[in-house]
Amino acid sequence: MGQTLAEKILSRKAGYDVRPGDIVVVDVDWAYAQDGTAPLTIRELQGLGVDGAAKPERSIFFIDHASPSPRQELSNDHLFIRQFARRTGSRIHDVGDGICHQLAAERYVRPWDVVIGADSHTCMGGALGAFATGMGSTDVAVGMALGKTWLRVPETIGVRLVGRFPGWGDNRETTAYISAKDLVLYLIGRLGADGAAYQALEFFGPGLEALTIPERLTVANMSVEAGAKVGLFPSDKKTREYLKGQDREVDWLALEEDPEARYARLAEIDLSRLEPMVARPHMVDNVASARTLKGIRVNQVFLGSCTNGRLEDLALAAQILQGRRVARGVRLVVGPASRKVLLEAMDRGYIKTLVEAGATVLSPGCGPCVGVHAGILGDGEVSLNTSNRNFQGRMGNPKGEIYLASPAVAAATAVTGEITDPRDME
Amino acid sequence: MILEGKAWRFGDGITTDHIAPGRLYHLRSNLSELAKHVLEDADPGFASKVRPGDFIVAGSNFGQGSSREHAPRIIRMAGVGAVLAQSFARIFFRNAINVGLPVITCRTDKIEEGDLLRVDLAGGKVYDVTKGFELEVGRLPEIMIRILQDGGLVEHIKRHGGLQVLM
Repeated sequence: MGQTLAEKILSRKAGYDVRPGDIVVVDVDWAYAQDGTAPLTIRELQGLGVDGAAKPERSIFFIDHASPSPRQELSNDHLFIRQFARRTGSRIHDVGDGICHQLAAERYVRPWDVVIGADSHTCMGGALGAFATGMGSTDVAVGMALGKTWLRVPETIGVRLVGRFPGWGDNRETTAYISAKDLVLYLIGRLGADGAAYQALEFFGPGLEALTIPERLTVANMSVEAGAKVGLFPSDKKTREYLKGQDREVDWLALEEDPEARYARLAEIDLSRLEPMVARPHMVDNVASARTLKGIRVNQVFLGSCTNGRLEDLALAAQILQGRRVARGVRLVVGPASRKVLLEAMDRGYIKTLVEAGATVLSPGCGPCVGVHAGILGDGEVSLNTSNRNFQGRMGNPKGEIYLASPAVAAATAVTGEITDPRDME
Repeated sequence: MILEGKAWRFGDGITTDHIAPGRLYHLRSNLSELAKHVLEDADPGFASKVRPGDFIVAGSNFGQGSSREHAPRIIRMAGVGAVLAQSFARIFFRNAINVGLPVITCRTDKIEEGDLLRVDLAGGKVYDVTKGFELEVGRLPEIMIRILQDGGLVEHIKRHGGLQVLM
């Protein structure tokens, strides 16, 4: 019988053929937590009577959410995390290394892995063909303590991609104004914020080859915004190239979609028909095309996050901002997703271009996305972000308004000061 | 176990940012203080109005968003007996069970704020005493019933020595 990618991975882990609805106990390849969830994870671990992880080299702590720390309480949380990691031999990525999911993609996650993280966007690892899902601190503590977790095998919604993004060509990395972010915002708008609840999303079809791994990461990252447990992609030659670029080609394994797989539902998306999309306050599924929102003024633009803080995103923004200036009265805040991204963006001159245009560049990390620091909105202020959530209060003030869009829309909006479709720029 | 209390109404799509907002990130290791702000951005003053044993009654996709387990923890610390909703976001649902907060999926549209509710957790029944009707309740997976009965995941593991017993 055919299997979805989720069923394939969980069958191999469980040692028998699983079906949707089955409860399985499986080995965990990577368990991680970030500074907002790690202190509770560690306390729960200690509550279990263990002061350490079953597989410390596979347990990872990241200081990325409030990084560098803006307050003494959080500094003390950071101290607690560092002391635990040092004492138990767990891995730790400290201030300046970058966002947990980006570092997981660069350094750890492999096709066929089971990954649990105490952060909802852990599902980004699905881009590399891993069953990666977000859980709470206690589940991750148990995953660390036992090296195992329990999962309900999800039903899968198949998303068949056809066509090519408009403008797709040899210079795709730097010329496309319509991209993975528009695809995933459109999909979430179609499915609804809970349209894939308790289910997996699986992406396949002839359009897949148009998607680079950084773009797949963007799509997988936001799967949770439709309620999905994981957003899975096959592992193909693009996956192999990406892992090679991270000096870990050895981690590559093929994971192919099964034409006989049974999906709970099927959706088809023609990439050539997509437009620049924007999610309006205060829900991610509240989407509209950027053109229909022309005229909405913004006070801030945030280019960054685990969704769109990668090299390709900064490259596209730099291309648009080259020789231009950020509009008067607008703050452009840039948050590279990792140290590696920042270094490469510096080498290639993107950071210089962005800063010359008027941008402020933050230390690699989550930045203003989580509302802790570095870009909190004032009452009635509007921010357009390349991040993944626009919930009320998300950016630290319930009286702020957040729009979500692609790096191209963000850069165009920074230049004009109002929501702008990049195709409409002079 | 039979719980009895008053209903506090919330709408669809209540997020973990409503329940435990990012601007209070620094209170995450100080849950008793964070609990004083529970659901503040959806209903200011909720924490001071709610009485032990009361219920949160909400629409669809309750608890969407972040994986922060602090959200169900502070709901429980505020004294809420159970959360009833049309549907729950996956991570919140699992977290709630793990921290011993009963979460009940049922049709909540006829329940109004202030209604007196009687909830039979073991029997899987919700009775609106004020209005005089009973509601069908979605059944939890067997694993989750056992975790909840043991008082949460950590207690469950301590009692049974691991996850294997769940098979």
